[in-house]
Amino acid sequence: MTLALQAETVAAWTALAPAILLGLTGLVLLGVDTLWPADEPSNALLAGIAAAGSLLSFAVTGWFLVAGTGQTRTGGEIALYGDALVVDGVSLFFTLIFTVVTAMVTVAAYDYLDDHSHRAEFYSLTLFAATGMALMATANSLATVFISLELASLPSYALVAFLKTDRGSVEAGLKYFLIGAVSSAVLVFGISLVYAVTGSLVLGDVASAIGNPEMAGVLGLGILMILGGFAFKTASVPFHFWAPEAYEGAPAPISAFLSSASKAAGFAVAFRVFVQAFPLEAVPAGVDWVVAFQVLAVVTMTLGNFAAATQENVKRMLAYSSIGHAGYALIGLAALTAGGPNGDVLGASMAHLLVYGFMNTGAFLFIALVEHWGVGRTFEDYNGLASTAPIAAVAMTVFMFSLAGLPPFGGFLSKYILFYSAIEAGFWWLAAVGAVNSALSLFYYSRVVKAMWIETPVADFEIETRPVGLYAAVLFAGVGTLLLLPGFGPVIETAQTVAATLF
Amino acid sequence: MIIEALLGVTFLAALIVFVAPDAYAGKLAAALSALPILGSLWMWAAYDATGNALLGGDIAFETDFVWLTVGGLDFHWFVGVDGISLPLVVLTAVLTTLAIVSAWTPISERQSQFYGLVLLMEANLLGVFTALDFFAWFVFWEAVLVPMYFLIGVWGGPNRRYAAIKFFVYTNIASLVMFIGFIALVFGLGDSVSSLRLPEIAQALRAGELAGFAGLDAATLKTVAFVAVFLGFAVKVPIAPLHTWLPDAHVEAPTPVSVLLAGVLLKMGTYALLRFNFTMMPDVATALVVPIAGIAVISVIYGAMLALAQEDLKRIVAYSSVSSMGYVILGLVAYTTYGVGGATFQMIAHGLISGLMFMAVGVIYNTTHTRMVGDMSGIADRMPVTAGIFVAGAFGYMGLPLMAGFAGEFFIFKGSFASTVHSAMPVFTAAAMFGIVIVAGYLLFAMQRTLFGPFSFDGEYDVTTAPFHDVAPLAVLLLLTIVLGVAPDLFFGMIQEAVNPILSGGGL
Repeated sequence: MTLALQAETVAAWTALAPAILLGLTGLVLLGVDTLWPADEPSNALLAGIAAAGSLLSFAVTGWFLVAGTGQTRTGGEIALYGDALVVDGVSLFFTLIFTVVTAMVTVAAYDYLDDHSHRAEFYSLTLFAATGMALMATANSLATVFISLELASLPSYALVAFLKTDRGSVEAGLKYFLIGAVSSAVLVFGISLVYAVTGSLVLGDVASAIGNPEMAGVLGLGILMILGGFAFKTASVPFHFWAPEAYEGAPAPISAFLSSASKAAGFAVAFRVFVQAFPLEAVPAGVDWVVAFQVLAVVTMTLGNFAAATQENVKRMLAYSSIGHAGYALIGLAALTAGGPNGDVLGASMAHLLVYGFMNTGAFLFIALVEHWGVGRTFEDYNGLASTAPIAAVAMTVFMFSLAGLPPFGGFLSKYILFYSAIEAGFWWLAAVGAVNSALSLFYYSRVVKAMWIETPVADFEIETRPVGLYAAVLFAGVGTLLLLPGFGPVIETAQTVAATLF
Repeated sequence: MIIEALLGVTFLAALIVFVAPDAYAGKLAAALSALPILGSLWMWAAYDATGNALLGGDIAFETDFVWLTVGGLDFHWFVGVDGISLPLVVLTAVLTTLAIVSAWTPISERQSQFYGLVLLMEANLLGVFTALDFFAWFVFWEAVLVPMYFLIGVWGGPNRRYAAIKFFVYTNIASLVMFIGFIALVFGLGDSVSSLRLPEIAQALRAGELAGFAGLDAATLKTVAFVAVFLGFAVKVPIAPLHTWLPDAHVEAPTPVSVLLAGVLLKMGTYALLRFNFTMMPDVATALVVPIAGIAVISVIYGAMLALAQEDLKRIVAYSSVSSMGYVILGLVAYTTYGVGGATFQMIAHGLISGLMFMAVGVIYNTTHTRMVGDMSGIADRMPVTAGIFVAGAFGYMGLPLMAGFAGEFFIFKGSFASTVHSAMPVFTAAAMFGIVIVAGYLLFAMQRTLFGPFSFDGEYDVTTAPFHDVAPLAVLLLLTIVLGVAPDLFFGMIQEAVNPILSGGGL
């Protein structure tokens, strides 16, 4: 190859800076831990490195997104390593979600891990998982999809089981690992079937070879299996069984991380794979994956919501509500049409995942705060929290109402635009199911609010400390949720513009 | 920018009061809430617009810029007032301050949070009455519910949880029904609107730009959407039989919250009915005149009958609100300048008078700790000033001439008798007039038993004169009621100018 091409490769590689920064931060954390003279490095130092690394990555991603890296106005997507990875607006948008959630989670973990050992491992595993997610968003070949998905998953299994002496945590980790392993097997089998039909793993080549009608059955099976793999990662029905256990058993910051960032990563890769490898215009008749996503979306949001409504444990309720939200985000794929203006609905789904990243992370981090205080986990245990911790309770109220989609908060706008785009794409029934579910969800979200503000406490509890890190993370998420209402314009415009380039 | 300043100051005041110490939160809230009063009065003095904001008339104090764009549809930040909304803005500002002052005695727990929420609700109410973009309007509309839910749920009576949840669920489901109906209309309008600005939508609807949507043809869609939107607002008004949340909410809510609930929150429903149903789709409204006028009359009579059957003073006033709101609906559907104008005027008048009545009941409750008619008699003996204002307010409710209630009801009856939308309108009007007789019946009966006669009281509390800051808001409200009764033109002129464009065109 010529020198010119190499020079171009050097410049292009920097587009991966967000993922590289996350990975490097993870390595630095391990290095500090190894080289530290005393027993264990100070918690503040580790949390500081982790948070700084993810914030730096967040800043770089934001800068790229604003500067137009990999987007149409600066010459389109940047493909790397023989098209195995691609940096474009979509990958940057998703990386923005992962990095901001990682930053909040690591800041919150500073207090949560106060009396635990193996803190460096915790932070570095989180950062490695985030690296995997950032790579998932850029994966442009089924091989890199699988590898980055495993890179994101393996640290997550360990993180869920981080509280080694806690039975719930270990059980959750095991369950998560087993279902994860099975889903990975299903996914990789699906990939091999698609490879058998199309003879390529690169998404673009798969798309151009897909019109082979003789093998339509095998292809359909392969696509269905790949879909199953993604359903696992996004905690969609029927691969959702791990989610309530894992979110409940895991340390609360990890529940936040998994239910916000990991879920978004699953969507990032599902969006790219299905839109680019199996375009609706090209897939043979009978391989209509949009129908599968429609069923998945409706079942997931309905089941998630109804299951959430019956919970007595707040963390478990949030786990099911997170399944319900996966159902809303699935509308992004379920409302696609061949040749339609698909960018709008996909972009709306991406924007919803960003808002969700703030409000859901905030809600789980509030749980972390409550666990830190030693308050119980049921709705009843939350009674009267507002009188002892009014500011945190205000933030939690914002998250709950925003998750429910009440208008004064960011969650309303993102849901509304998602449903609106679905109607525009001709799927008004999908929007109607979403709207009804969203209205029902107010029931269980408002139970938390009611417990905190209106009920009188059952038992007396003293709040001795006001952990700085947890408070900072919760308030940051709260302010983000509020500001995303007036500031939603640029978010949705960016999301819809970059989503449109996928088609 | 005056409207943004008004909203900003009120939001800021809410924030300041929320974190202020309990010791002086009430005083601080009252002082800060004087700012929106000054602002709204200045707007009233400087107001020189004419016409209806939705139908191409002048929009006073307007700001309009694009907030965000989705799928070719612009969401605007678009605020402004016309002759219909400005009086409601003034009412909201005045009534909030008076409610805050009236809360000094009864509210003793978590005061800073209470006053903060009241101010937060005021800010959102001001937003409801000034927003002219559907989306911004809807955000404010729903945001009113959140503080109200807490105000009832935290500071309410023994059954407050049930009442708060019932209020929240009823009004939220109503909002959803309304929202779906309205959005279906927007989709039906298709490319003939480029934004969610209410004037644009109103004018397109009246110009007959509506096309079919989701398998419905234009006429069916319009009727279905009208009914959905009407039902959504009817819960808020409330109209019988959708009123059952109201007595629960009122009885459990603390007095100052009841004042705002009856005085301003119910007006959101009638205001929205006027803006959406009756301004945008007059053809459907006149086609459905019989059922609408029918439920208006049923609300009037049934509400009054329910009030007659109550033993709890607060329930009496609460049910009488259902009755009074029935008059407003009757005036709206009449489609005459006095009918619609009178209905708008009645919103203000009822806001003042029902606020006065709830406050008077509250002041009596502050010393007696009971609201049951049978528990007390001869209260006038111990609380002469409060009782006097109570009686005056009750006469205002009954429609004593030279008080605001008389002007409102007189305009409505004058308008609906003369209405030409349906030949049976005079019959409906005559039937509704019987409501006045029942109102006089239950108010006089209740007053005779509680206020007059020899003093007797079953409770263990000392019944003494109310403190000055309890009586002062009552006196102010009474004064305002009389001022508006003597000179209705303070508002009625601008109301009529804003109402008249509704009455022509648009399939009428």
